[in-house]
Amino acid sequence: MELIMAVGIGIVTACAVYLLLRGRTFSMVLGLSMLSTAGNLFIFSMGRLRPGASPIVAAGAESYADPVPQALVLTAIVIGFGMTGFIMALAVRMHHQTGSDHVDGLDPVLERRPEHGP
Amino acid sequence: MTHLLAVPIIVPALAAALLLILHRAPIVMKRAIGIGATVTFGIAVLAIFAEARSGAPLVYRLGNWPSPFGIVLVADRLSAFMLLLTASLALAVLLYAVQGWDARGKLFHPLFLFQVMGLNGAFLTGDLFNLFVFFEILLIASYGLAMEGLEVERLRATLHYAAINIAASSIFLIAVSLLYGVTGTLNMAHLAERVAEVRAEDVGLVRAGGLLLLGVFAVKAAVFPLYFWLPAAYSHALAPVAALFAIMTKVGVYAIIRVTTLIFTGGEDAVMELTAPWLLPVALTTLTLGTLGALGAQRLATMTAYLTIASVGMILTGVATGGSKGLAAALYYLAHSTLVIAVLFLVGDLLRRGRGATGDQLHPGPPLRHAAPLGLAFLFAGSTVAGIPPSSGFLGKLIILQSTMNGLSVVLIWTVILVTSVLTLAACSRAGSIVLWNYVEPDQPTHDRPPRAGEWIALAGLAGCSMGLVIFAAPVTQYADEVGTQLTSRESYIEAVLGSGSGDFVRPYAKGKVTP
Repeated sequence: MELIMAVGIGIVTACAVYLLLRGRTFSMVLGLSMLSTAGNLFIFSMGRLRPGASPIVAAGAESYADPVPQALVLTAIVIGFGMTGFIMALAVRMHHQTGSDHVDGLDPVLERRPEHGP
Repeated sequence: MTHLLAVPIIVPALAAALLLILHRAPIVMKRAIGIGATVTFGIAVLAIFAEARSGAPLVYRLGNWPSPFGIVLVADRLSAFMLLLTASLALAVLLYAVQGWDARGKLFHPLFLFQVMGLNGAFLTGDLFNLFVFFEILLIASYGLAMEGLEVERLRATLHYAAINIAASSIFLIAVSLLYGVTGTLNMAHLAERVAEVRAEDVGLVRAGGLLLLGVFAVKAAVFPLYFWLPAAYSHALAPVAALFAIMTKVGVYAIIRVTTLIFTGGEDAVMELTAPWLLPVALTTLTLGTLGALGAQRLATMTAYLTIASVGMILTGVATGGSKGLAAALYYLAHSTLVIAVLFLVGDLLRRGRGATGDQLHPGPPLRHAAPLGLAFLFAGSTVAGIPPSSGFLGKLIILQSTMNGLSVVLIWTVILVTSVLTLAACSRAGSIVLWNYVEPDQPTHDRPPRAGEWIALAGLAGCSMGLVIFAAPVTQYADEVGTQLTSRESYIEAVLGSGSGDFVRPYAKGKVTP
């Protein structure tokens, strides 16, 4: 399970980095949210992977999972969600004002700002 | 237990929330709430400063949980100093902003207070994850402030700024959880103990975590090669916002100082030797490139933004030379540069407003209407940032030069610092002579509002603080020395937070006690 988790996080991170390096705001936002997902999975796995273990004290429990990373991951998800929402709104606003979804607001292929907006 | 330490976080947070509810209220009321909250937490900061000066760090345990388990706020001398700097800067900038800038955006006041809350929290917290949370608070408030006005250039700069910082935040999370995975704690004082006794096979993981963490702080501090987001974001922001941002890069520097002096220091396995060889070259490169950027800038605000980068390089040079002397020198320069960069951004704004359509671009424009006082203000700011005696810049550079005296690379450091000082002077002279002396007759009259009394008062306040660093140089440097001494002997911090008998606790998945 550890191997699958590690490889999975690695693949998600690699995809996120690739998308982040693209020039379009859409892929950038996608990359940022994938990066934060990879980060969240990583935090979660840092509490060690223990299937079926309870994070809080329970009568007759054999083993416990570390509750701290689970609390951290909740905070991280909330913050990551807020940030993704913000940057998405910002990207849409840019698109409306420049008529281009390039991160520089300028289409490098056309070498000029497009004539009309969307 | 006194609740004093929570005040600089709670007061701005509550006032900001109130301002969000009252977002339709008349601007006068918003200004009153904003200034009232800033003054209130400023008073609390003064009390914290007075108390922290006398000795052991002050500790506030949230919910009164015993130490490694709950979140702690810690105010040692460094935190108190940074809080005082934030409060002074925030008050002056707010005073400047209420003369008209704040009416541009509906949410200026709540965002301003949230940003101040994030800054105060970042300086006070003694918990690594909490540091992440406060970073996010100050960042999301800064995104909002940076795009205030919604011009295309500003949106683009904010998009780049937000993207790199969100990516950095994800890496921050990975670094924090990596350290947690190895040591089982997030409390910085507890981390300091655990990192020192980490098992040999885990040293690599701790190193990776520590380096990732420093990389993230380097992004926030705008250190070479991670500073490229800064010039556009700072130079396109509204002037009071940019002036407040003068302290944002210093949060990154603060975090670097905090983790390198507290967590990643000492220990048999030399966990920390990993940054020592890197810090000095990186600092000097940042200083050089920042100065060259200022020299080549096409706008006054861009020049100031590059000077911000150069100041970070200068501070890190002090940090890199290490020891209590180097840290003390870095701290003095940190205070000086924060104030003077803010002054430069504000003076640049006044000059820009006096030049109509030419704005703050560095080519000849219409003659200024209030040339004499504006010229004097720019002369003060420029000579301070370049380090002409008897300014605080001169003293700051002198102290840093002195602290590097005994190092091996003294020739290199002195050369870089002295050459960049001359280049900074050249950059400021070039900008000043173009803006103030080199003018063409305008096609149409300029209509922007002239400088107001309140704006002069805010500027005079910042300039007064900067002069105060010179006039009261003896007590200030003595305080900086005390900070340096406290930072280099971390036992007092650890003992204040954890108490004498630090609680051993068991990781739930392990059988018996875990010795990390």
